Amino acid sequence: MSATEISLPEAMDEQRSAARIPKSRLKSVWLGVLLPLLLALLWEASVRTGLTSGRLMPPPSRIITTLWNLWQSGELTTHIAATTLRVFSGFALGAIIGTLFGALTGYSLLARRLLDPSLQALRAIPSIAWVPLFILWLGIFEESKVALIAVGVFFPVYLGVSGAVLSVDRKIVEVGRIFRLSGFELVRRILLPAVLPSYIIALRSGLGLGWMFVVAAEFMGASEGLGYLLVDGQQLGKPDQILAAIITFAIIGKLSDSLLAAIAAPFLRWEDRFGREA
Amino acid sequence: MLQVNAIGKIYQNGARALENVTLNVEDGEILAVVGGSGCGKSTLLRLISGLDRATTGTVSVDGVTISEPHPYIGLVFQEPRLLPWLSVAGNVGFGLDEPDTTRKAQRIGEALEKVGLSRYGARWPKELSGGQAQRAALARALVTRPRVLLLDEPFSALDAFTRAELQDHLLDLWNESRPTLVLVTHDIEEALFLADRVAVMRPHPGRIAQAFDITLPRRRDRTSPEFEAVKRDVLRSLNSTLALHKIAS
Ligand SMILES: Nc1ncnc2c1ncn2[C@@H]1O[C@H](COP(=O)(O)OP(=O)(O)O)[C@@H](O)[C@H]1O
Ligand SMILES: [Mg+2]
Repeated sequence: MSATEISLPEAMDEQRSAARIPKSRLKSVWLGVLLPLLLALLWEASVRTGLTSGRLMPPPSRIITTLWNLWQSGELTTHIAATTLRVFSGFALGAIIGTLFGALTGYSLLARRLLDPSLQALRAIPSIAWVPLFILWLGIFEESKVALIAVGVFFPVYLGVSGAVLSVDRKIVEVGRIFRLSGFELVRRILLPAVLPSYIIALRSGLGLGWMFVVAAEFMGASEGLGYLLVDGQQLGKPDQILAAIITFAIIGKLSDSLLAAIAAPFLRWEDRFGREA
Repeated sequence: MLQVNAIGKIYQNGARALENVTLNVEDGEILAVVGGSGCGKSTLLRLISGLDRATTGTVSVDGVTISEPHPYIGLVFQEPRLLPWLSVAGNVGFGLDEPDTTRKAQRIGEALEKVGLSRYGARWPKELSGGQAQRAALARALVTRPRVLLLDEPFSALDAFTRAELQDHLLDLWNESRPTLVLVTHDIEEALFLADRVAVMRPHPGRIAQAFDITLPRRRDRTSPEFEAVKRDVLRSLNSTLALHKIAS
């Protein structure tokens, strides 16, 4: 690949490096947290004033204390690490296989006719239905959990990639043909960059499903992980712990998604589109 | 020499897009192909370029039969078709097989300069105007130095002002290395301004109805009485071939 062909940030001119105004960015963040903050304050006030007991729905201050204690004792880190590792492994596995199958069925009609019907049939099965089978096959430890998450991640990635490759504009593919690109070069220089935006979206929805499925996986029986905190909180009647785990899920789920989006952003600068991220 | 021998094209849906088209285009000649939409102009260029296979007949350049895209032959599509993920320079260098990166950058620079886009190499395609994008597409085809350059209504989406400017530009570029040009257009004035020969096509099935040699010396003045006279002749002949209503539309 030559220097002129890479669309890296260096290729930008002054215009583009003039960054977005941070002020408006800050404002949009404030707008985003306004509603949850208001609700939390209201709830806190209603418990403090004795309007509600807060026994089943603990006030924000109690949840924060619980979070803080879990953090202090190092437990929270252990649970986050365990869950994140599972999501990451399952995501990597599901995304890689999904990408391969998606690229194959998108590119080759034969592969599509051969594989797609079976995969679509498998997709129709609610993924949680696999749980008993995975436990029988892979045991109750990490393997079955990672497998379940991978299944969850696989389908959105597979569908996204396959659909994206299929819908690459024929006109742009012809540009590759007129310059006599080989099959492999066509994939590398035309198809891959063309599907990149939809690919990122597919990965992001896959990651989202990964976070969903990790909970199911950890309900299967786990001695650590945020899902374990949920089950444990229910069994011991600790709603504050449940809510603490839920909030942690929300935060790291959002963080991992933003991370993925941020990693992808420099490669998508060329996009000419209507909307902007918040 | 570019030789088109009795080619025909029947699409899978049964559309007879071309029938028995024969053309010989000399090296360095500019041939304009005019005709209304649907009379097979794009099909003709796609067959010559090797993007599509002819159902009957053959295409050859200097005796080499063309059955798939060939380095001798460049094609500028009706739309710019720039790859949005490459900078303008990246697009221009897309088809350039030059392993030496400094040489490559140099040739891209030259090509950009020739079409008047020197300052735009680092931009994204989305930051170009329609005329600039079409220039970049022209540069992308020219940079590989094809012996035959096919242009499919390359300026039809542009305003009259930009179009006239690019027509001038195209002549300059042609003057430098004298490639063979086959220019499809529905603009008779454009054809008469540029071409040595104008072939008129008729539809159902697509075929060449008539050809005119244009002997006016270049650079032609579109408003000169001589130009007007040739234009009138061509239009009159077109009228008698019943193609006029198609072309005027
Ligand atoms: N891919 C295709 N499949 C079927 N028919 C086509 C296809 N492309 C063009 N045609 C038909 O062939 C005829 C010539 O088309 P085309 O070469 O695009 O004409 P022009 O460029 O002169 O407008 C038209 O009748 C059109 O409908
Ligand atoms: Mg056409």
